[in-house]
Amino acid sequence: MTPQDIVDFIYDEAFALDTMQWDDWLAMFHKDGRYWMPLEWQQTDPILQPSLMYEDWLLLTIRVERLNGDRTFSQKPKSRCHHLLQQPRIVSMGEGGVYKTRTSFIYTETRGDHLDRYSGWVNHELVEYEGALKIMLKRVDLINFDAPFGNIQLFI
Amino acid sequence: MSRYRGNAKAIEGLVKGHAVHRDVYVDKEVFDLEMEQLFANTWIYVGHGSQLKNPGDFITAKIGNQPILASRHKDGTIHVLHNRCPHKGTKIASEPCGNTGKFFRCPYHAWSFKTDGSPLAVPLKKGYEGTGFAQNQASQGLARVGNVKIYRDFIFARLSSEGPSFEDFFGESLSTLDNMIDRSPVGQLEVIAQPIRYMHTCNWKMLVENQTDTCHPMVAHESSAGTAVNVWERVKQEGEHPPMAVQVYAPFMSPYEFFEDSGIRVWPNGHGHTGVSQSIHQDYDDVADYLASMIEAYGEERAHEILGEVRHNTVYFPNIMVKGAVQIIRNFIPVAVDKTLVESWVFKLVGAPDKLYERALNYNRYINAPTSIVGHDDLEMYERAQEGLTSNGTEWVNLQRLYDADEVMDTTEVVNGTSERQMRNQFHAWSKYMTMNMDHAMEAAE
Repeated sequence: MTPQDIVDFIYDEAFALDTMQWDDWLAMFHKDGRYWMPLEWQQTDPILQPSLMYEDWLLLTIRVERLNGDRTFSQKPKSRCHHLLQQPRIVSMGEGGVYKTRTSFIYTETRGDHLDRYSGWVNHELVEYEGALKIMLKRVDLINFDAPFGNIQLFI
Repeated sequence: MSRYRGNAKAIEGLVKGHAVHRDVYVDKEVFDLEMEQLFANTWIYVGHGSQLKNPGDFITAKIGNQPILASRHKDGTIHVLHNRCPHKGTKIASEPCGNTGKFFRCPYHAWSFKTDGSPLAVPLKKGYEGTGFAQNQASQGLARVGNVKIYRDFIFARLSSEGPSFEDFFGESLSTLDNMIDRSPVGQLEVIAQPIRYMHTCNWKMLVENQTDTCHPMVAHESSAGTAVNVWERVKQEGEHPPMAVQVYAPFMSPYEFFEDSGIRVWPNGHGHTGVSQSIHQDYDDVADYLASMIEAYGEERAHEILGEVRHNTVYFPNIMVKGAVQIIRNFIPVAVDKTLVESWVFKLVGAPDKLYERALNYNRYINAPTSIVGHDDLEMYERAQEGLTSNGTEWVNLQRLYDADEVMDTTEVVNGTSERQMRNQFHAWSKYMTMNMDHAMEAAE
């Protein structure tokens, strides 16, 4: 695994989201992986501190399946999203079997005539599983995590 | 031209028992009058005593459109004050919570106030000598919200000097708050984190009505709860126990009969709750050691009585919902006629296992967050209603399910759980508190 492989993986993940290839995106997660959006500044605990999201493979699968449901009225019309990423900074190159990156982003989600923009940092913890990189933890820290947002329906 | 200001008859005409006129949701003047009348004449939730642990602790909040603060004074008393310097209007406290030390100090001209709101000092005091300042309201400190009630740590306030007492206003509905508190083995709740906040582009009453709308979950939430059930059925291993998330989502897909049988209880003054005999919260996993600690604290019979009360949503009119069995309060804070800030607060049961707090936090983000799939379903309906109500197809919103032209208002009664009776109950109270003192006010002006 080279540093470029790690950086490419982060870009590939954003590509899967921006092109709405939800199943491909889900396949980038390890079966024990988590998607975490904290609700506190420099939060340390996803269990006994409140979060916006802390979801395992089952919950992410439900989300992805819901997005394409016939009776998912909040997706009529459908949302689209765009990830503008700064080049990921590699924080750990496999120490303890984990590759860690930190990426600054601007995220845009749109639906109908409406458009919302969010900024923050995403921290990835990746592992090698059966020869491929998989997401063990994707942590999204918004700069204004405690602001009263409207719907965030897709994935930052 | 004012259509509703000072016109009690026109306001009362918006509520017809089985229907309400769309102006209650879309008319800006009605909204302004709600801020002046409804939110002044009723008891509004401010916060919880555990947010004010130490002297000098404060929280900021709103009663209707009025910025207020609550503070803990050095003698332990809690004070609810208008969040405005009596000098130039500068907000005294600008953060959701904090500790101000021994006194509040206005950041503009350093006027200072004790933590009970009384005046402490004004710089260059000489300049006010002989000006009549001492007789002016500006010299009297932070204006107080006159009527404050702290009920088992829950802080409520009423802006209007006249109106029903706290006890008369809430009456038996306090049993839901009691049940939430009693679920702690030591009878104490604690707020230890900020709420989940969620902005809704709809009128605040749509959210309140939805709390006792039991005919929408299996329809509007088919996309979220229904998908959760389907995915779980597909991926679960033989005999695998459903995880907490599935336990939370799945009951939203209960059939109409379940909600019919669950019942709705209405109380006077617009309060009421779903889930009288059973509810969507009744089948969660038992938490190890919790029942034992409750029995130790309350005795076998009382402990089972407390935990057997699994009320679904209790509306405390006008604008909070209490979920005792899950320890959540949702505060529907009106911002504009078509804009509502929802703050969903989780309460920790002091002396109970952490697992219960974890469940409440999970519930809050699964259901009440801007990232919640259930929340997405609901907000979509509210937004479509807010837009649809501009249609002139009809000017009325129908609330006729299980309506009886002879039904008595301001009474306690248990009815079929799919009735829209609680929504009618709310609008009866709405009309009453919107017009309270209104004719009176007109006479005074004449």
